[in-house]
Amino acid sequence: MMDKFVAVVTKIPVGFATVLKTFFRKPVTIQYPEQTKPMSARFRGRHHLKRYDDGLEKCIGCALCAAACPADAIYVEAAENTNEQRYSPGERYAKTYEINMLRCIFCGYCEDACPTNAIVLEPMEFPTGYTRDSMIYVKDMLLEAPPPGAPATPQQTPPGKYDRAILPFPPITD
Amino acid sequence: MNPILEALIKSVAVLAVALAGFAYMTWVERKFISRLQARIGPNRAGPFGLLQPVADGIKLIFKESITPANVDVLVYFLAPIVAVVPALVLFAVIPFGSDPAFQLASNINVGALYVMAVLGVGIYGMILAGWSSNNKYALLGGLRASAQVISYELGLGLAVLSVIMMASSASLNDIVAYQQPGNILGWLIFRQPIAAVIFAITALAELARAPFDLVEAEQELTAGFMTEYGGMKFALFYMSEYVKMIGMSALFVTFFLGGWSGPFVNEAPALSLVYFAIKVLACLLVMVWVRATLPRFRYDKLMGFGWKVLLPLGLLNVVVTALLIVAGVPGYK
Repeated sequence: MMDKFVAVVTKIPVGFATVLKTFFRKPVTIQYPEQTKPMSARFRGRHHLKRYDDGLEKCIGCALCAAACPADAIYVEAAENTNEQRYSPGERYAKTYEINMLRCIFCGYCEDACPTNAIVLEPMEFPTGYTRDSMIYVKDMLLEAPPPGAPATPQQTPPGKYDRAILPFPPITD
Repeated sequence: MNPILEALIKSVAVLAVALAGFAYMTWVERKFISRLQARIGPNRAGPFGLLQPVADGIKLIFKESITPANVDVLVYFLAPIVAVVPALVLFAVIPFGSDPAFQLASNINVGALYVMAVLGVGIYGMILAGWSSNNKYALLGGLRASAQVISYELGLGLAVLSVIMMASSASLNDIVAYQQPGNILGWLIFRQPIAAVIFAITALAELARAPFDLVEAEQELTAGFMTEYGGMKFALFYMSEYVKMIGMSALFVTFFLGGWSGPFVNEAPALSLVYFAIKVLACLLVMVWVRATLPRFRYDKLMGFGWKVLLPLGLLNVVVTALLIVAGVPGYK
């Protein structure tokens, strides 16, 4: 009984000292909007639609991403490319490309499904909004700006140069 | 000066300081406990979050004042007032400084009794709130409040009794004077350490603060007796808790830490106010430290601790103190 009492009472200052020691530690808080947590390079944040170096869009409107999406969050509507109005290599491009960020579960299956590596989930961006409508990201919001020096789409292109949507050996860029 | 006018001015000043102290005690507690938990704490409203109490106050004032259905309306509205008034009138007998200008009624010869009486009334606010809210969480919180306070007031009374026996006076001014202002070894904490420990523990229980915050144990009782209160009515309960914290710290300082005493008080009486404030702040920080360290008691353990440990220990301390005084042991004359 007495041993137990002594054992308990002598532990109390240890507990208080441990708490007080924390006072002299640097706080672990991350001041979110100003500071952000270091994030894995492979973190699956929001989607980006990529372009080739010559400014053409990688997306060919095949809708395989929409088919792969387990949350049914992607809607793609394709249209025909012409040499006068060319958006992407090959026959077709995505006229409409919408992702409902409220449905998306950020699983990355769209990335896996994409035959041209057009859609990529990149870190450090979190879709936020005040209304449901604003959470449907349309193509303009998803598409990256053309690389420096390259023209935007649609482009006028010489006949025969972009006949194939996918090169015989697709370049693996990532 | 007209004595009534003088008392009025001093009362208003004490109330203003107590209420400002309440507002900034919330800030001090949040900041200090954050650092004890390796967090930063409020830092968005103003520099170092200093405007946080203002923001909280404005928010609470503009909250809708809801009266839940089936409450006992009169008691429901009375309870926060009953809680906050004793907390504020507690300051009437505390000597804040050496000069009579820094005291309201510290000279009354029943100061310590007055303190016990006021603290006893303070608990009615919690009980009435719990009863009138017509809510089972609130009722259980109020029930716990009454049981807890009955158990711990005894220990508190015995600790204060030892102090009164030592000083052979219940006047807080005499108690401070007895602790030989200017000599730190005169502080009663060195001659009555057990009474000081009992007072500290029972004061925490009386305040219903961690680790004795069963009255508002979130996990079991949501917010306990104040579950049905919102807006300024809630703020009044909050105010009573923090003002009572400051009052209890001031009492601990007066009883055990030599009150306003400190070096050069005779030359510059204003210094005594500073010493008093520093000592009170130290006690308040210790309370926050305790809250950051200790988990909440189980309810039966709380009652058992009060009745089976603190009460016998307090009685024993009173008996031993009496024997020491009768035997004329140096320091206990």
